[in-house]
Amino acid sequence: MSQLGDLYQELILDHSKRPRNFGRLAGANRMAEGFNRMCGDKITIFVEVEGDIVKDVHFEGSGCAISTASASLLTGAVKGKTRAEAETLFENFHNLVTGAPTPGVDFGKLAVFAGVSEYPARVKCASLAWHTLHSALAAEAPEAEPVSTE
Amino acid sequence: MAIASSGIGTADIETASAYDVERVRADFPLLRQTIEGQPVAYLDNAATTQKPQAVIDALVRFYTEDCSNIHRSVHRLGERATEQYEAARGKVRTFLNAASEREIVFVRGTTEGINLVAQSFRSRLAAGDEVLITGLEHHSNIVPWQLACEATGANLKVAPLNEKGEVDLDAYRGLLGSRTKITAFAHISNALGTVNPIEEMIRAAHAQGVPVLVDGAQAAPHLPLDVRALDCEFYAISGHKMYGPTGIGALYGKEKWLERLPPWQGGGDMIRSVTFEKTTYNELPYKFEAGTPNIAGTIGLGAACDYLQALGRERIARYEQTLLAYGTELLCGVPGLRMVGTAAEKAGVLSFTMAGVHPHDVGTVLDSLGVAVRAGHHCAQPVMDRFAIPATTRASLGLYNTRAELDRLAAGLRRVGEMFR
Ligand SMILES: Cc1ncc(COP(=O)(O)O)c(C=O)c1O
Repeated sequence: MSQLGDLYQELILDHSKRPRNFGRLAGANRMAEGFNRMCGDKITIFVEVEGDIVKDVHFEGSGCAISTASASLLTGAVKGKTRAEAETLFENFHNLVTGAPTPGVDFGKLAVFAGVSEYPARVKCASLAWHTLHSALAAEAPEAEPVSTE
Repeated sequence: MAIASSGIGTADIETASAYDVERVRADFPLLRQTIEGQPVAYLDNAATTQKPQAVIDALVRFYTEDCSNIHRSVHRLGERATEQYEAARGKVRTFLNAASEREIVFVRGTTEGINLVAQSFRSRLAAGDEVLITGLEHHSNIVPWQLACEATGANLKVAPLNEKGEVDLDAYRGLLGSRTKITAFAHISNALGTVNPIEEMIRAAHAQGVPVLVDGAQAAPHLPLDVRALDCEFYAISGHKMYGPTGIGALYGKEKWLERLPPWQGGGDMIRSVTFEKTTYNELPYKFEAGTPNIAGTIGLGAACDYLQALGRERIARYEQTLLAYGTELLCGVPGLRMVGTAAEKAGVLSFTMAGVHPHDVGTVLDSLGVAVRAGHHCAQPVMDRFAIPATTRASLGLYNTRAELDRLAAGLRRVGEMFR
């Protein structure tokens, strides 16, 4: 039971029930879709990139509490970052949820996802939004191919 | 060596006595396991079932005492292995009440059984012909037919479901016609628990001269079966869903039909004689059993048949029905829970959604309480689409489940509701 509390921390529950930056983004010039075929999670990420800066990120979709909260917290975490910083954050986040956090990294609010590493089946849920962001940023074309965490 | 299964007599006598679930549970070593300090409440039986000691012993005994190839060795071990392998065929014949052992083909499972028929059937399909299935099929009773249709130019037709998750029988009848070359449907839906009125569906198909394949993967563990009374042409089952080993199952086919269909795999054991010019095929059922089969698994499947016969299949069905009724009532009282699949005739499955909570989260919370359920689309994406949901949480019952386990399930679901409110 204690492990369950580690997974579903208050912040995660809060963001899953009231996701931030939810809905289309008017000024978006990058977009990507992500699917988790195993559980039917579906997400669309909208990004406004200006020069090298991620000016704003929104998302839409439906998924479990972990994937929704992850997407919601992602939007706050990468806003204002350079693309390279956002990619590094993705890498660090991935290490965190797979149980090998990079030492010395300040995860800020994203630290609440540390508990996911105890639930291997849920790693894909936590990282879906990040994979989708990566795909949106990597795309030079305005729309990227859908990504899948399967 | 093998003890012949007791058949119908025992089952009838045993129906009279009470069903002692605790005694039954003692037969399943895995159920002694604890998760998070609690005995595991295994409610994922539609995915696979746990194995009784008798089945485990049959596997161990084969490998420790009788291991040898079959149908090809003159030595004693080979004879013993062959004898037990063929005895298992007899047990499966009894289990399904087939007329002859020639009608029992061993395969990897239901998926392979359906693929065998769908592939062999290509020789009987042409452009414009139709294959009729229903909206509640498992992917394994959809994709093999799609492949056959793609290869031949035939069309796949699908009978729709109503709101309760029952096949619309009028629509089904309407879709049967002179173009229909075969129809295939599940006896019981793994995603919804619907028991199809297969007697009626088979009659409707036969009235149009259409042969029938029944996907019995979910029915074999829950219902007494009689393929002769059903009169279907094919019936496929999986060992692992009926308390037997994984990797083994059986396809029943009417002798006339198995004779008619060409073999689907070539190799050893399925031939009578081979020259580079011409090969003559072996007699039934060996024509469809190319290569060294899963000998231990087959013997284990025979042991599972024995186990179910001895326990009494009517009795099992009756016990599970009371359990299903209890669980249905219990879950309907959980705030925010909506049952998906409310057919008048159901068996073994409680599939549902929880308002505002994703099935994955439901599954994780229940797991932390030692309750094992499945969350997802259950290899039946068209069923999920029909109900416009991405997934459900599914609790599926077996002969060893108890009311206490369902109480734990319901308590866990209330907890889920509170957590995500
Ligand atoms: C209704 C139904 N049909 C077919 C199958 C496929 O069975 P197997 O995977 O054992 O081949 C399943 C298993 O989930 C099932 O539930």
